[in-house]
Amino acid sequence: MTNFDILLDVKGLSCPMPLVKTKQELNKVQSGTVIKVIATDKGSVKDFQGWANTDKTIELISQATEKDENGKEIYVHYVKKK
Amino acid sequence: MSFEAVRNESFENQSVTEKSIAEMYNQINELQKELNNLKDQLSEVINQRNKVSIVVFSGDLDRVLASMIIATGAASFGKEVTVFFTFWGINSIKVKRNIKNKKWHQKLFSLLNPKSYNDLPVSKMNFLGIGAMMLKNMMKEKNVNTLEDLIKIAKDLGIRFVACEMSKDVLGIQDDELMEGVESGGVAYFLSHALNSAMTIFI
Repeated sequence: MTNFDILLDVKGLSCPMPLVKTKQELNKVQSGTVIKVIATDKGSVKDFQGWANTDKTIELISQATEKDENGKEIYVHYVKKK
Repeated sequence: MSFEAVRNESFENQSVTEKSIAEMYNQINELQKELNNLKDQLSEVINQRNKVSIVVFSGDLDRVLASMIIATGAASFGKEVTVFFTFWGINSIKVKRNIKNKKWHQKLFSLLNPKSYNDLPVSKMNFLGIGAMMLKNMMKEKNVNTLEDLIKIAKDLGIRFVACEMSKDVLGIQDDELMEGVESGGVAYFLSHALNSAMTIFI
C-alpha cells in the first residue's frame, strides 16, 4: 500500500478530466505531496503514464486496477509532485 | 587544476611568458562567452518544447471538441497552450449574435451561421442539428464534458484564445459577439507562437 497525502476522486469523469483535475490539485500543493487518484476512465492508465513521461515536474509512483463495491473496475494512480 | 595554480607553477618554471598568460586569459574569456551563448540557446530550446499551438479552422462541434480536449490535456502536462480561431472556427468562441451595424451580406452570413458555440453542427450526419443533439446526448450519457465545460476549463488552465482579426473583419464579427478574454491577432502573431512551439496542429 502506497502512502498518500490527498485523495482525489475522479470517478465518472472521462478524458481529459482525470488529468485536468489532478493537475489542478497538484497546482495547490507543495512539492513532495503524493495524490491518490481514483478513476473509472480506463484510458487514464495510459494517460497518466504518458503524462509522467512527458512532464518532469511529476512522478508516477504506482498504478493499480481494483474493484469497487459493485465489482466495477477502478483505476488507481499515485502521483507525486516533484 | 585552477588557472591561478597553472599560472603560479608557470612562474616558478619560468617556462611560460607573460604574453602567453595573457593569451590564455583571452581564451578563457572566449570560452566563457561561448558557454553563455550555449546556455542561452539551450534555455530557448527548452522554452520551445514547452509550447503548443492549435489552429481551429473548423466550426464543427466534433472537431472543436477534439481541439479543446487536446488543449486542456496539453495544459495539464504543464504546456503553454495558445489556440487560434479562424474562419468557421470563430463560431466556436461566439456567445451571441448581434446583427446591428453590419452590412446586409454580413447580416445574412451571421444569420446562416450558428449564433453561439452551443449551436455548432457536427461535421457528419448533422441532419439539420439532430445529429449534433444526438451526439450531445450520447456524450452526456457517458459523462463526457460539454464544449462549454471544456472551454471554461481551458480558461481556468490559462490557455490563451486568439481570434483571427482578418476573419472577424471579413465575416463582420464584432467583439461583443465573442466570449470574454479572447485576444485578437493576425498571421504573424500565430507564426510567432507556432514557430516557437513543440507542436502545432490544425483542426
